[in-house]
Amino acid sequence: MSVNEEFRPKIVAFCCNWCSYAGADLAGSSRLAYPADVKIIRVPCSCRVNPMFILRAFEKGADGVILCGCHPGDCHYSTGNYYTRRRMTMLFSMLDFIGVENGRTRVEWVSAAEGVKFSTTMNDFVAKIRSLGKNVRLGDLRCKD
Amino acid sequence: MSEKKNQAKMVQEISGANPYKCMKCGKCSATCPSYDEMDIKPHQFVSYVQRGDIEALAQSKSLWKCLSCFACVERCPRDVEPGRIIDAARQIVVRQRGGNYLKAEEIPPLVDEDLPQQLLVSAYRRYKR
Amino acid sequence: MQRIGVFVCHCGSNIAATVDVKKVVEMARMEPGVVFADDYQYMCSEAGQAKIGAAIKEHNLTGIVVCSCSPRMHETTFRSCAKRYGLNPYMVEIANIREHCSWIHKDMQEATEKAVILARAAIAKVNLNAPLQAGESRVTKRALVIGGGIAGIQTALDIADAGYEVDIVEKTPSIGGRMSQLDKTFPTLDCSACILTPKMVDAAGHEKIKIYTYSEVEKVSGFVGDFTVDIRKKARSVDATKCTGCGVCQEKCPSKKTPSEFNRGLGNRSAIYTPFAQAIPNVPVIDREACIKFKTGKCGVCEKVCQAGAIDYAQQDEIITEKYGAIVVATGFDTIKLDKYDEYAYNQSKDVITSLELERVMNAAGPTKGHLERLSDGKAPKEIVFIQCVGSRCADARGKGYCSKICCMYTAKHAMLIRDKYPDVNVTVFYIDVRTPGKNFDEFYRRAVEEYGVNYIKGQVGKVAPQPDGSLLVQAADLLDNRQIKMKADMVVLATAIEPDPSVRGIATMLTASIDTNNFLTEAHPKLRPVESPTAGVFLSGVCQGPKDIPETVAQAGAAAVKVIGLLAKDKLTTNPCTAKPDELLCNGCGNCAKVCPYGAITYEVRQINDHGIREERRLATVNNALCQGCGACTVTCPSGAMDLQGFSNRQLIAEVDAICR
Repeated sequence: MSVNEEFRPKIVAFCCNWCSYAGADLAGSSRLAYPADVKIIRVPCSCRVNPMFILRAFEKGADGVILCGCHPGDCHYSTGNYYTRRRMTMLFSMLDFIGVENGRTRVEWVSAAEGVKFSTTMNDFVAKIRSLGKNVRLGDLRCKD
Repeated sequence: MSEKKNQAKMVQEISGANPYKCMKCGKCSATCPSYDEMDIKPHQFVSYVQRGDIEALAQSKSLWKCLSCFACVERCPRDVEPGRIIDAARQIVVRQRGGNYLKAEEIPPLVDEDLPQQLLVSAYRRYKR
Repeated sequence: MQRIGVFVCHCGSNIAATVDVKKVVEMARMEPGVVFADDYQYMCSEAGQAKIGAAIKEHNLTGIVVCSCSPRMHETTFRSCAKRYGLNPYMVEIANIREHCSWIHKDMQEATEKAVILARAAIAKVNLNAPLQAGESRVTKRALVIGGGIAGIQTALDIADAGYEVDIVEKTPSIGGRMSQLDKTFPTLDCSACILTPKMVDAAGHEKIKIYTYSEVEKVSGFVGDFTVDIRKKARSVDATKCTGCGVCQEKCPSKKTPSEFNRGLGNRSAIYTPFAQAIPNVPVIDREACIKFKTGKCGVCEKVCQAGAIDYAQQDEIITEKYGAIVVATGFDTIKLDKYDEYAYNQSKDVITSLELERVMNAAGPTKGHLERLSDGKAPKEIVFIQCVGSRCADARGKGYCSKICCMYTAKHAMLIRDKYPDVNVTVFYIDVRTPGKNFDEFYRRAVEEYGVNYIKGQVGKVAPQPDGSLLVQAADLLDNRQIKMKADMVVLATAIEPDPSVRGIATMLTASIDTNNFLTEAHPKLRPVESPTAGVFLSGVCQGPKDIPETVAQAGAAAVKVIGLLAKDKLTTNPCTAKPDELLCNGCGNCAKVCPYGAITYEVRQINDHGIREERRLATVNNALCQGCGACTVTCPSGAMDLQGFSNRQLIAEVDAICR
């Protein structure tokens, strides 16, 4: 138990600039707390997130990766989040296959108005990662000559 | 935590209602069939929970005048549902009295005229599922 | 190697109270590439910016990291600051240590640690930044206004008066909108039509304004300064160039049983109709669903009686394609459906009406010719009850969470007008709160109470029950007097919540403008950019942005017009340089990127390239920088990794991931 309490997971959150990043800003301006374990990387659209980045994060010791975008139909670039949804469904099931449990990866739609949702999502995600414990680092996935 | 706050918290837990959502519109009191017989009116229930004054609620006539018709629950625009709050207060009183851990089949022989009818109705509503 | 300067802002105590800024500075100094780091009270202030400028000069900085508030707040500020001091603006990165750190964490150590990591990520990114040059795109000097209500009309007039062409697209047969349905306006009680019609006439007669009524926006493509819009001009079945507006066709039309939209279904209209007498244009349309000619082929009365020969049954929908530099959304509102509010008996009794319906009843051109009467039996009511907040301020799924804002005032207006015209009628208003902020608003409400004897009772009505004798039993509680009220009324008026017109969803999707959970369009900034949508070139006017009354709508319309004029006055716009860029040595011309591009910005061309000394012709992806909005969909789709996004490149984002996970 005490081990888990001291466990501070490394969590990378990719947030699209238009909805989720603004939602995170709203969570901030509304003072809605979530654990400091979450570090946000701003991307123009959730569809900018290359599966490579997520693999890289797990390779570098991340314990969880969450991807936030606009709600389906609300994408600033109209269709970006649909690509995200498909790509991530595929990637997450493959990650699960190689041992990164599904609980460590998540896609969530958070609009610019959903500061509350952003904070509850992050609280929930961090709690999940804490319960899963430390992740096993992925090896270097690149081809070696 | 003080006993007062504890009880208020219990009411919230049992009822599932958040008294802070109330905007004091009074729609609950508008059609309450027992309104005239109540000393604390339905729209005031939430204030007592907010203040943590469950004791007064428990002492009130309203506790036993509420018919649990749930018209207020149905119409409350803010999902505060005073009917559930008073129901919860009633639960607390009944629990304090103790001895309410009965099996269903033990109830019928125990029912007598002195038992408040609304308590039964309310209990049946609560436990019907 | 970059020479990076790190600037940590205290934001007064907003950041400094929870984040140890000195520690952040100290840690930043140890990061690769950092040659200078400092903190300051307010980095965004003039003095703060001067500090940045001095550091750029003194330390020959090639990149800057500002640890401060959200980049959505001050990225532009710091970029222009960098530019002023001779640094490429795209060499600036922001670490958001306020919204994403100091404001949400309480523990200083924890917040400081996080701030250090966020700074580290930004530094890692800047290390890989490259100077970017903003491009230019042209501006079409014409604006489109969607919606022809008071918001749209005022916006169009203001833009046109500045000398720019404006088109108004209105889906109904006439401009005028909700305001044309109102009888009187608060708090001055002047007649709505008397102040609106001249504006409608001005708009119709303005040489710079073109009005498309009975038309809808069908497709929008392009971007700020250069939108291409398809407008569907629905078939009117009447030739507008020939029609004289004499109205004989409407008189003679045998199909007169269609509920009039203008009268909120309280009266009927003919199949060929203009919504109201002062309609602009005064050219009727044939409602093909109701027209006997269209339904059975037999009739043709209108064609026979039309002396101008304007009736054209064969008319088809027409698609007009037009280019615009800016688009204003002014789609307005409707009242919510009351199906779920059984307790108010709206669907059971004709004498329970909405306030907008009462406007029509009170109006001299309305279904009762302006006589206040019960719609069930035509009798004069003696007792009228107004119920406030019907569907507004509801936390449940039946209604809306927001306050509709205008109801308190129009109810006071209705109550006052009724008491003025029919002093023997008793008027009772059941309210939860009376909200009357605004110039002369509270005075107006007090006048209703003090001078006109309107009875205001605090307490929401719980039930309206139609009685066998035709009256309505209203049950409520007077919360201030602690008594329950059961009273008989002859008429009940519901202050129904307003919601954005349902058409706004489709329009927002076409414009990629964001809407909130209530379908109101969101502003670029709720306080500082209230009339702009986050989508560049799209502006907001009227209730489509949030509930508001006429003066506020007119003010917002003017503000939106000014923003449009400011845009159209420019000859060129600078474009976002964070666009996709293919590496021509890696691109194999597969065509995947063009498929996912939502803007059609990617095309392919055969070009001669030099691949490590081998000269050959290859089919290569080419990005149109004016069209590319920088979403990055193509970068992930590209199988060979040739496509990258400038400003958010693969290497930059991976550097950020590495910095966070370090």
